Amino acid sequence: MNSTPETQSPVLETTGTPVIKIIGVGSAGVSLLETLNDADFAAAARMAVNTDGTSLEASSAPLKIHLENRLLRGLGTGGDAERGRSLAEEQYATLKSACRGANVILMVAGLGGGAGSGITPVLARAARETGALVLAFVTLPFECEGNRRREQARQSLEQIRAEADGVICLPNQKAFKLIDENTSVVDTFRITGGLLAEAIRGVWHLLTRPGLIQIHLADLCALLRDKNSEGVFAFVEATGPTRSREVVEKLLVHPLLDEGRALAESDAVLISLMAGQDLTMAEVNRVMEQITRQCERAQVIMGAAVDEGLKNRLTVTLIAARHNQPAGATAAEVPVHRGSRAAVRPTTGTAFLQQREQLVKQHAGGGRRKAEAKFRQEMLPLAIISKGRFDKSEPTIHKGEDLDIPTYYRRGVPLN
Amino acid sequence: MFDDSNLIVGLEIGTSKVCAVVGELNAEGTLNIVGLGQAPASGVRKGEIVDSGQAEESVRHAIVEAEKMANMEIRSVYLGVTGAHIRGFNNRGVHRVLSADREITNDDVQDVVKNAKAINLPVENSIVHAVRQHFFLDGQDGITNPMGMLGALLEVDVHVVHGVTNRLQNAVRVVKGLHLEVDEIVFNGLASSLALLTNEQKELGALVIDMGGGTTDYVVYANGIIKHTGVLALGGDHVSNDLGHGLKVPLTRAEKLKREHGSALVDEASKGRTIALTNELGLPVRNINLEHLQRIMALRLEEIFQIIAQDLEQAGLMDDLRAGVFICGGCARVPQLAQLAESVFGLPVSLGQTNSISGLKSALDQPEFLAAIGLVKYASLKSRKRPAGGLLNVIKDRLGRYLPLF
Repeated sequence: MNSTPETQSPVLETTGTPVIKIIGVGSAGVSLLETLNDADFAAAARMAVNTDGTSLEASSAPLKIHLENRLLRGLGTGGDAERGRSLAEEQYATLKSACRGANVILMVAGLGGGAGSGITPVLARAARETGALVLAFVTLPFECEGNRRREQARQSLEQIRAEADGVICLPNQKAFKLIDENTSVVDTFRITGGLLAEAIRGVWHLLTRPGLIQIHLADLCALLRDKNSEGVFAFVEATGPTRSREVVEKLLVHPLLDEGRALAESDAVLISLMAGQDLTMAEVNRVMEQITRQCERAQVIMGAAVDEGLKNRLTVTLIAARHNQPAGATAAEVPVHRGSRAAVRPTTGTAFLQQREQLVKQHAGGGRRKAEAKFRQEMLPLAIISKGRFDKSEPTIHKGEDLDIPTYYRRGVPLN
Repeated sequence: MFDDSNLIVGLEIGTSKVCAVVGELNAEGTLNIVGLGQAPASGVRKGEIVDSGQAEESVRHAIVEAEKMANMEIRSVYLGVTGAHIRGFNNRGVHRVLSADREITNDDVQDVVKNAKAINLPVENSIVHAVRQHFFLDGQDGITNPMGMLGALLEVDVHVVHGVTNRLQNAVRVVKGLHLEVDEIVFNGLASSLALLTNEQKELGALVIDMGGGTTDYVVYANGIIKHTGVLALGGDHVSNDLGHGLKVPLTRAEKLKREHGSALVDEASKGRTIALTNELGLPVRNINLEHLQRIMALRLEEIFQIIAQDLEQAGLMDDLRAGVFICGGCARVPQLAQLAESVFGLPVSLGQTNSISGLKSALDQPEFLAAIGLVKYASLKSRKRPAGGLLNVIKDRLGRYLPLF
C-alpha cells in the first residue's frame, strides 16, 4: 500500500468553503455547463470534457479537455459508449490530474450517447481517487430516443453508481409531465436541462451559502454515501402568505417525486429551505412537519438559509435517496469495495470522512485496473426469430419493441 | 323495393372476416337491422388490404349474402376503416365574430369548425373525422350549441381522426371495384362505440376497445364527447401467431386451439393438464401443455391492454372512465377476458352488447358484428341530421309525423 501523494493532499475540510469543481461531460453536459455560467457560480472551477471538438469550442469553460485519438478522426464517438470509455481509460492520467485539488466534484452529463455514458464512469473513478466527493447529475434519455440509447444509459448509470459517491438522476421521460405537450423540441431539452441545473444550483447553495441551520459537506456525504441511489430531487417555490403550505402541496404532487411516492420509499431526505429576511420559524416548522410525515422511514436532514435576493419567495430543494440493492452483474465490478463500505456505516460525518480516506487509499493502492480496453466489435443477437404470418407485413413497433414477436418470447417467459 | 333510400348498409372489411349489415331506418328514426352477410376475409393484414383481388372476392360474398337476407340490392355502403396509420388528436379552432350585433350565426359555427380542421397534417394524410367537442364563447366553457348566443370570440375543440390517404383509399377502391358507392368512410373504433354506448355512458366516461383479428381500435368518451382515439396493429392474429410459435403447431391448428381451449387468464385447474393433438385420422400425435397455451395468450392479451392503459395514462384520461371499459370484437369471445382487463385497468369491464338498436337477435348478440352495426348507426345519425334528402323523403317525413295522430 504505497500512498500516492494525491490521496493525501486534499484533506477534506468541513470548515470553511470547500473547493468545488463542476465538470460537464459529453455534448449535453457541456451545454448544461453553459447554463451554470453566472454570478452564482463564480467561485466554482468549471471544466468541460468531450470527444467532439465543436461542442468544446462553443463552451466558455476555462478548462477544456478534448479526448481524441487517431481512430476517431475528429468525428466524436458516434454514439458508442464503449469508445468513449476506452478513450477515457487511455487518457486516465490527464483526467485525474484535472480533478486534483477539489473537495467536491459535481459532474453533469446526459446519458445515452457515446461521450456522456462512456466517459462519466471513468471520470468518476478518477475524481474519487483524488480524494474528492463525487456527485454525478445525469439525465436519462427520452423513451422515444430508442432502445439502444436507453440500454447504454442504463448500463452507464449502473457504472456511475458504483464509482461515484452519489448520483442524482433525472429521467427525461418523467420530466415530460412537467411540460406542456405542445412545447417545441428545443424548449423541451432546455427545460429538462434547466431542471438538472436547478438541482446543481440547489446543492451548490447548500454548500456555499451561510445558513441559519447549516448543512455541512459531511451531512451531504452521509446522505448520499452508500445509497448508490437513483437519487431524486425536486425544486419548488412559492410566494405569498400561504407559501409554506403551497410548497408542500407542490412537492407532494411533483412528478419527479412520483407524486410523493418517492418520499415514502426513500431512506434519506435532505431538505433545504431558502427565503428572504421574512422567513419565520413557523414556516420552517410547517414544511418540515408535513414532509417528515410523508417519509417516516427516512433519515431527514434539513437546512435553512436566508437569501436577500429572494425577497418574499420561499424555495425548497429536496433530495431523496434510497438504498439500492446491488443490482446484477454490471454493478459487480467493485464488489469488495462496495462490501467493505456497506459493512461499516458510521453515522457521524467526521468518522465517515476518515473511513473514506482510508478506503480511497486502498482503492488507489490496489493499482489501476488493466483497463485500456480495445475497440471491440459489438455482438449481434444470435437468435433470429421468425415472425410467422407477420413476416412480410409492416412491423408494429411500440417504444422500440417489435410487437409482432410473441410476447412470451420478448419477456423471456420460459416454457419447459 | 321502390324506395330503399331508408335502407343503409355498413361494410366492415376486417382482418379475419368481412361483414355487411343492412339497417332500415323507419319513419320515427329508429333503426332496425334487417340483413347481415359475412365471409371469411383473405388478403387483409392488420386491418389493411394487401391483396385487393382476394379482398374483393371476400367483400362480394358478404354483400351477396346480405342482399339475399335483406331482399334488396345494395348500391352504396358506409365503409369502416382501420389500420395502424390512423391517429387521433384534439385541436382547437378560433374565430372572431365580426358582425355588428355579435350574434353567432351558422356561418360563424361553420367557420370556427373549419379553422379547427385546418391543421398541419403531413401531406399524404387526410382527415377521416373531425368531431366537435365543446364550444367556448369568450372563454366560457361547455357550450354545446352557440347559435343565437352573443359573443366576440368563438372557439371550438375538435377531435380529429386522420390517416394516410392512399391507404384509406385502398379499401374504397376495393368496394368501388364491385360497383358499389361509398357514402362515407368511418373509423371502426368510432362505429363500435356508437353501437355500444348509451348517451349516459358517454356522459359518465367510457373506454371502448374493439379487439379484432388484426387491429385493436379504442375510443375514449368523457363528458359526452370523444376525447381520444387510437389504433394498435395487434389483435387475435397475433394471439394465434404466438401460439403457433410457442407450441410449434401450424397456424390453422393454433387458431383452432385458441378457439377451443383459449383463456385470457391461466386457470389453476389447467395446470399440468395436456391436450392431445390428433392427425387427420383421429390418432393422437402429440400432447400440448394447456398451461403454456393459456400463458402465451394471457401475456399477449395483457400486453395489449397494458399498452392502451399506458396511452390513456399519458393522455390523463384514466380518471374520467366512470362508466368503465367496454370490449367488443372477436377477441371478446376469449373466456375470462373481462377479468384480465379488470386487473389491468382497475375498472369495471363489460363485454359489449348493443342496446340501442333492434332487429335480428342473432346479429346483435355477436361481439364481432358491433363495428358493422355501428356503421349503420352512424349512417342513421347522419341522415337524421339532414332529413331534407329528396322530395319523397320530405313527404315521408311529414307523413310520418302526422300519421300516428290518425
